[in-house]
This record gives sequence, structure tokens and C-alpha cells, in this order.
Amino acid sequence: MTGLGDSTLRRLQDAAGRPDPPLRYRVEEEIGRGGTGVVYRAWDDVLERFVAFKVSAGPLDEARTAARLEHPSIVPVHDAGTLPDGRSYYVMKLVDGPRLDEFALASPTVAPKLRAFRKICDAVEYAHSRGVVHRDIKPRNVMVGRFGEVFLLDWGAGVMGTPGYMAPEQTEDSNDPAVDIHALGVMLRNLAGAGGPRPILAIAAKAASAAPGGRYPSVAALSEDVDRFLDRLPVSAYRESIPERARRFCSRNSVLLLLFAAYVLVRAALYFLRPAATGFR
Amino acid sequence: MTKPLVGVAAGAALGFLDGLSAWFTPAVRNEIAGILIGSSIKGIMVGVAAGFLARRVNSPAIGAGFAAIAGLLLAWLVASFPAADGRHYYLEIMLPGFVTGAIIGFITQKYGTHTPTKA
Repeated sequence: MTGLGDSTLRRLQDAAGRPDPPLRYRVEEEIGRGGTGVVYRAWDDVLERFVAFKVSAGPLDEARTAARLEHPSIVPVHDAGTLPDGRSYYVMKLVDGPRLDEFALASPTVAPKLRAFRKICDAVEYAHSRGVVHRDIKPRNVMVGRFGEVFLLDWGAGVMGTPGYMAPEQTEDSNDPAVDIHALGVMLRNLAGAGGPRPILAIAAKAASAAPGGRYPSVAALSEDVDRFLDRLPVSAYRESIPERARRFCSRNSVLLLLFAAYVLVRAALYFLRPAATGFR
Repeated sequence: MTKPLVGVAAGAALGFLDGLSAWFTPAVRNEIAGILIGSSIKGIMVGVAAGFLARRVNSPAIGAGFAAIAGLLLAWLVASFPAADGRHYYLEIMLPGFVTGAIIGFITQKYGTHTPTKA
């Protein structure tokens, strides 16, 4: 009798754990695994395209929640159902791109990361307006598409959250938007890095305050502060010094200041370089 | 404030300041009042043109370029009239007029609303 090799055994175990999807889908490989289930890359025979096929042990709540949230930064759900083994599945758009943490590592400047962050805020703000709290916002749950589109994934109901991103007061059934604001603050701090711009670090610190009352009252207020930073305006979370204010003013009005400098130079040149011809002085 | 109004305000202010620089030319210093009025009117005209352009085109580069050329043309018209000493100050009027126009055009693009705001 011949024993099975490790790789063969792994393949068998993998095959045994694989879902038995409806005929329309052919599951190819596992691409992600989280607290709420396993995501596979699958081929849709009808529409002839790759899709993300998520299988979870729980009911279809996650699929229903995600399907209810129609937003450019929330992955659209195409199909859902129950597998022969009783597990539930749902099919969604397969995002072709890096996770936010990978995207952040590849971005040399803070601006693209902040623009991606803003899109996440928009999605969370929209979800809150529909009464949905994500409860597990973290870079691993954000994908950046090929065209710069950003998707917040894993709208799993009943998720406990991830240590480091979870708000101190967070429990499994927390339904307070403040827990998402806390996670967004931690995410912003990680995106900016320790040497990031001070106003951004101040915004992140305020959003990630241990006390819910110290955080922004809404995601919209957090977004507004990030927008103000991107527009080179003062942010509410950071009291800047006079030199910082002057630097920001110069940076915000650089073209106008250059034009005024050009005018002064022209006038000075006319005054100093052509005294005899013009009768100056 | 609408963009044409921003243009009028910026044009009047910058035109006035540009006219004040004539004080540094002793030959025309006694005509400073007329120069200030003329320069302000020139600035307002450039501002109005830049303001109406800004309502249709949203581009600081195009706005500044257009207003710079408008300023240059108006400055050429002004410079084509000889001063009291009989001289034509083409360079002294046209060059600053060109840069002032660019500033007015840029300001008009950057500030002001596209449509009148309701009270």
C-alpha cells in the first residue's frame, strides 16, 4: 500500500473543502479567507467572466446587506443562494487590483492614499445612512481596482472586528457608527505613516479617540476634514502655528504669488534697467 | 459673488495699483489722476471679459492667458496715445498690463461663483 504525499493530501483536503456551486459557476481557486467565509475565484459560464464566489456557513445576511447597498465603492452582488451542503454563497464582482495595504506600500506620496480613503469614507457614510454599520473596516477589506476605483468588502453581519482597528467599546452586536469612525481613524493613521502630515495625523487621532464622544460625530465630518486638508485649507482637528499657516497659504496660492512676483520683477526691471530711456528717477 | 463681479473688483483694484506705479515716472507724475482713472477702467474692462470667459471656461491657464492678451491689447491702445512729454511708453505700459491681465484672469478663474447666488 502506498502512502499519500503531503502535496496530494493538501490537494485532496482543498478539493474536499471546495464548494459545489451551481452549474453556472466553476470554482477555480481560493483567493481570500476571513471571519465570515472563504472567497474563491470562479468562472461564470453564462456571462463568460471571472467572479468572486464567497461561501459562508451562516445565513445570507451578508449578501442581503451588501446587495442593499448600491454604491460605487461597495462591490455589487450578482447572485446568491444555498449550496447542496447547506452553506450559503453569493457571487460578486471580482476586483482586479491590490488590497489597500499593498496599494499604500506602492504609493510614494500620501495624496493617492487619501483619495482612496475618501472613497471608503463615502461608502461608509452611505451605509450608515442606510442603517448599516460595517464593524470590520481595515485595509485588508479594501480593494483598489485597475482604474483607481476603491471597494470596501466584507459586509458580514455579526463580525466582531479586528484587534487594532476595533473600537474599545465594540461588541459583536455594536450598531453605533462610532465604531466605524474609530476604525477609519486607525486606517488613516496607518495610511499616513508615522511621518505623515501633522494635520492628517491629528484627524486620525481624533477619529480613533478611545472615547466615542471624542471622535467625529459622523463620517461626513471626518471626510470634510480630509477634504479640507486635500484642498490645503485648515482642518478642525489641528491647530496650526503661524509658520505652518504661512506655508499652507503659500502652497495654496503659489500661482497667484508667482504672478505677483512676476509683476514686481517687471516693474523693478523697468525702473532699474531703463532709467535713461524713460526718464525714470 | 459672480465671476464677472470678481473680475470687476480685481480689475479695478489691480488697475488702480498698476496706475499708481506711474508715480515713479516723474515725466508723467502730474498726470497721475488721469492715469489712475484710465488704468482702473482698463482693469475693469479686462476683468469683465475675463469674468464672462470664466463663466463658460473653467481653466486657470486659459483664463490667465486670455486676460493677459486682453490686458496687452488695451495697454497697447493706451500706449499708442503719446504722454504729455510727447513720448510713447509702450514697454512701460504694455508689459505690466500683460502681467496684470494674467493676474486678473487667474483670480477670476479661481474665485467667484458661476451663477448669481440667490439671497
